[in-house]
Amino acid sequence: MQMFGDHKFPGKLFIVEGIDGSGKSTQLSLLQQWLRREGYMVFFSEWNSSPLVKETTRRGKRKQMLTPTTFSLIHATDLADRIERHILPPLKAGAIVLADRYIYTAFARDVTRGVSPDWVRELYRFAVKPTIAFYFRVPLEVSLKRILGARAGLKYYEAGLDIGLTADVEESFKLFQGMISDMYEEMVNEFGLTVIDATRSIEEQQDEVRALVEREIADVPKSPVTYMEFEED
Amino acid sequence: MKNDITRPRFEFYGKGMPGVDLSELQGRLIVIEGPDGVGRSTQVAMLKPWLESNGHAVLDTGMTRSALAGKGIKQAKQGFTLAPVSLTLFYATDFADRLENQMIPALRAGFIVLTDRYIYSLIARAIVRGMDRDWIKSAYGLALKPDAVFYLRPNVTDLIPRVLAKPVGFDYWESGMDMHLGIDRFDSFVEYQTRMLAVFDSMVEEYGFDVIDASQQIDPIYRALQRRIGRLLRGA
Repeated sequence: MQMFGDHKFPGKLFIVEGIDGSGKSTQLSLLQQWLRREGYMVFFSEWNSSPLVKETTRRGKRKQMLTPTTFSLIHATDLADRIERHILPPLKAGAIVLADRYIYTAFARDVTRGVSPDWVRELYRFAVKPTIAFYFRVPLEVSLKRILGARAGLKYYEAGLDIGLTADVEESFKLFQGMISDMYEEMVNEFGLTVIDATRSIEEQQDEVRALVEREIADVPKSPVTYMEFEED
Repeated sequence: MKNDITRPRFEFYGKGMPGVDLSELQGRLIVIEGPDGVGRSTQVAMLKPWLESNGHAVLDTGMTRSALAGKGIKQAKQGFTLAPVSLTLFYATDFADRLENQMIPALRAGFIVLTDRYIYSLIARAIVRGMDRDWIKSAYGLALKPDAVFYLRPNVTDLIPRVLAKPVGFDYWESGMDMHLGIDRFDSFVEYQTRMLAVFDSMVEEYGFDVIDASQQIDPIYRALQRRIGRLLRGA
């Protein structure tokens, strides 16, 4: 079995992490548009999006059947499917792969739910090591204001109601997010996450992200795809 | 050791899983293992009523029957669409769901859990497909150590008539067709099952399998299982 710790593929993998409301997806989307415009092959992959596994995850969530262990395993299945199907082949082809959330999301959430930190780290050993793992650091109050202002209802697992901290949905969400935030902080040194101060303006953050990415992609070939415009419309 | 009430009867192979209090588990966990077509389910179907007639409550369970992932795995296998790491982890999800929602509650209630396959078949399938041994072993560190694992050990040639007795004949997955080992299902089946047996054999000592010669007929295998299970339940 190939473990892709430090891969030797011509492509690059950039991933974003952070608690809900940290603005990471916005930043990744802006990065993607810039890289495309610069003429790179770009492939985007999102957490929990493998079509085959998603149906099982959705049923498990809707019926509240997931335990910490099966929650962890089903998300590992999802990432494995995406790595084997959507991440490795583009990396081999010399593309830039962008992932919204990665193994660190699993480590933070699963360990918060009581899963063994060693077990879950070993479980994800099949994963490709990212070229840069960006961690968008934001104070809890800021992210909560963004999230709770914008959304109608928090979902059961999203709010961490399954771990039974409190029956109040919003209170549970705040506690759960706080615990996940602590987990991210602990992982900064362990995994060498690149911290981005996500309290600054969107433009300032994007400038920093682009500068860091630019340094890593000097050798990546550009392959402008002219018909892309038609496909996207 | 039987009277040692401070020590739980069960333990995990590795890191285990959250939310399980081992000291609550009574019951017995008995595993029937072996390759495709060896007759495991036939034996389980005979053992269950025998144990029940002797006054034991029995839960019988098997692979890919979990409420959570059973359906998804069947669909995935239908479309032959999952790559090896994801299929391995999908099986692990299914196993964990059955362990937590079927086997552990039954053990808590003092049932005999009689399972047609356990982690060993899943580990063997993964190893045959090139997965890292330490990795898969660590993943299944979530499993409980059973009271006994009966390994029905056939020769590959014993499996062929049993497989052909089923209407599907050589099944795509039981023939390991995803591994491209032979030009047709027969060649592939022989090569795949040979490799599976070699991996099972390599696990005998590590996991303490009780090996039963499965080149015999159904009846002698059944009697061998009855003797061993009877001994286990008497605590001898």
